[in-house]
Amino acid sequence: MRMELLSEDQQLIADSAAGFLRDGHGIAAFRALREAGEDANSAILGELAEMGWMGIVLPEALGGVGLGYRAAGLIVEELGRHLTVSPFVSSAILAGTALASAGGDMAQNWAPRIATGDAVVALAMDEAVKHRPERIATTVSGASGALTLTGRKTFVVDGGIADRLIVTAKRGDDLCLVLCDPQAAGVSRTPQVMLDHRNAATVIFEDVAIAEADILAQGATAEDVLAKTLAAGRAIAAAEQLGVAKAAAEQTYDYLRTRKQFGVLIGQFQSLQHRTADLYCELAQVSSLIASALNALDEGSAEVETLTRAAKAKMARVGRQATEEGVQMHGGIGMTDEMDLGLFMKRDRALTEFLGDAGYHTEWILRQRGI
Amino acid sequence: MEIDTFRSETRAWLEANCPADMRTPMGEDDICWGGRKFVFRSPAQKQWLEVMAAKGWTVPAWPKAYGGGGLSGDEQKVLTEEMQRINARPPLQSFGIWMLGPALLQFGSEEQKRHYLPQIARGEIRWCQGYSEPGAGSDLAGLQTKGVDTGDHFEVTGQKIWTSYADKADWIFCLVRTEPDEKKHTGISFLLFDMDSAGVSTKPIKLISGASPFCETFFDAVKVPKDQIVGARGQGWTIAKYLLTHEREMIGAADSALFAKSDIAADAMSAIGLDDTGRLDDPMLRAELGQFLVDEICFDTHLDMTGTYMRAGHELGARSAELKYLGTELNKRRQSLRVAAGGSDDLVWEGAANDAGQAAKDWLRSKANSIEGGTSEVMLSILSKAVLKLPG
Repeated sequence: MRMELLSEDQQLIADSAAGFLRDGHGIAAFRALREAGEDANSAILGELAEMGWMGIVLPEALGGVGLGYRAAGLIVEELGRHLTVSPFVSSAILAGTALASAGGDMAQNWAPRIATGDAVVALAMDEAVKHRPERIATTVSGASGALTLTGRKTFVVDGGIADRLIVTAKRGDDLCLVLCDPQAAGVSRTPQVMLDHRNAATVIFEDVAIAEADILAQGATAEDVLAKTLAAGRAIAAAEQLGVAKAAAEQTYDYLRTRKQFGVLIGQFQSLQHRTADLYCELAQVSSLIASALNALDEGSAEVETLTRAAKAKMARVGRQATEEGVQMHGGIGMTDEMDLGLFMKRDRALTEFLGDAGYHTEWILRQRGI
Repeated sequence: MEIDTFRSETRAWLEANCPADMRTPMGEDDICWGGRKFVFRSPAQKQWLEVMAAKGWTVPAWPKAYGGGGLSGDEQKVLTEEMQRINARPPLQSFGIWMLGPALLQFGSEEQKRHYLPQIARGEIRWCQGYSEPGAGSDLAGLQTKGVDTGDHFEVTGQKIWTSYADKADWIFCLVRTEPDEKKHTGISFLLFDMDSAGVSTKPIKLISGASPFCETFFDAVKVPKDQIVGARGQGWTIAKYLLTHEREMIGAADSALFAKSDIAADAMSAIGLDDTGRLDDPMLRAELGQFLVDEICFDTHLDMTGTYMRAGHELGARSAELKYLGTELNKRRQSLRVAAGGSDDLVWEGAANDAGQAAKDWLRSKANSIEGGTSEVMLSILSKAVLKLPG
């Protein structure tokens, strides 16, 4: 039961996303990919592009459909619910937002290719085990005409399959966003399969030659582009995590309605009823928060930073509650690989770390309140 | 376009009619409850009530025929926004508006609506709610107050408890067992009667906060005319449940309406101070505060979305329990953090210092939030059955 009101367009997108992912790209498909040892799911990219979803936040001038972040959130919630592997978040949202807000030739070159699925672009930003995008040791140095990029990036989601990387670096005191070809000399990338069976790479840049034209944005512009990109990423990641959590919760509600122990349905036990109802309430309110954060992105409201950070922080707590309660209430069977709960729990864990956990974003809110 | 016209007209009207004194932050003592016994705090308060009531804007959503404003959902939103814009105080708050009114609109006869609703809208009659009894708290339907049919009236005898402001109210809407042979839920009727009737007496209950917002209320053979029943005999529980959903929405939303939302972060900073790294010099409190602030932002967006949803014509139904649960648990945390941030200053209880211990009193008062109007546990049970469809 959705309480946030949707426009007709948005309802259409929510319905088609649910249908598309249920038929052929659901959890069975995820399991098949995992059995086959494949972590790229390259087949889905063309289909996502076909429906316009890879260009969902890009303006028409850049080959997109310009439906905005709220619509993107509805799609990604379904991607979460079905554990669908795709470069939607990395390429369509993070890279798409970065390119669209930076503008210029590079946006003209690459954004349309993201929208058609001809290229995957990933954001290389983290350098330590925790998301601290403001702490950057990667540098752009040398005189104009002999610029080099040097540094080490970790947890580059879809970094192993990306055609281009947007790399955060420092040029003197200036933030730079560099569009880098991972095939270039001096780039070495080590793709890893993570616990949620997604691909994330560690990428090392050693004196990689770059041109001025490869610098997507620099200085205050780069700060602004990165802020917009991260804000969008946070709200979208939270929406995906919401889908994961709702799926875990719904399987749990079902289990409580059917599983018998001590001669009764376990859903009759008040201790389980109250914990389940508490989870339901938390999911309801975090849904509103995430929808508000996505609306704020679309409206360009002054609340974007606060709402997207609160959404990411709150969703980390609710996602953990949903998946942990799911396993616990299922009992032993919840620990088996055959059930989906473990898959939800692993995906939830990864999404919590991705783009900053509850502590990171709560700290920002505390700082903003002056304490 | 039409809504823009409504906005500019509303803005101009408020500008011309809202007294300056009614545009300042209000404390609990500044609430206008209306009623025969109400003493206005200022001429401005009285004037504000009168002009708003004449416009139907004390109850903007109610039909004009019953003293309301007849505003659409969008217009109500505009009115709220425009009032907030100039910090206009609510002209009138009452159980009549929040609870009895919606129940009468749904279940009352045409005659009852025309008689009672305009009185509520104008703030002439202050209502109280006769629900809980000493032996029927969470198990409300177990109530035993009897209403014996004596031919031309019901004779009501019994005791209610936790009757909010019974000592200040003019009339009561009351659940009474009129059909003793029926089952628990189908033997109850919903009666309205004057608190000045012979046989009614009240006794305030002193609470841990020192205040006495609740009373014990006694009925000794009170004569209630038969046309003062709402709905049919035995339909009382259905009406009571409907009314409770409104009460729960109100308590859940009271987050913004009834409790002053002080800036706890700023208060904590000035009371406790910052450490060498510029953070609040109490890491545990700071961490709790951080989680609270996130939850507060979250609940505010949820209330906002819920409001939009309801103005679009949807009923919340059992989901009012969700708002009640979330809103009251959040407010309890807010008040706990507030006194923790105040430290020993907020142990002050008497005298003029530190606002006479208002933070401590609010903190203690807030403990009732998750009890009154159905406990948190009752809310969770309702949700697990009515919304999640878990087995009974």
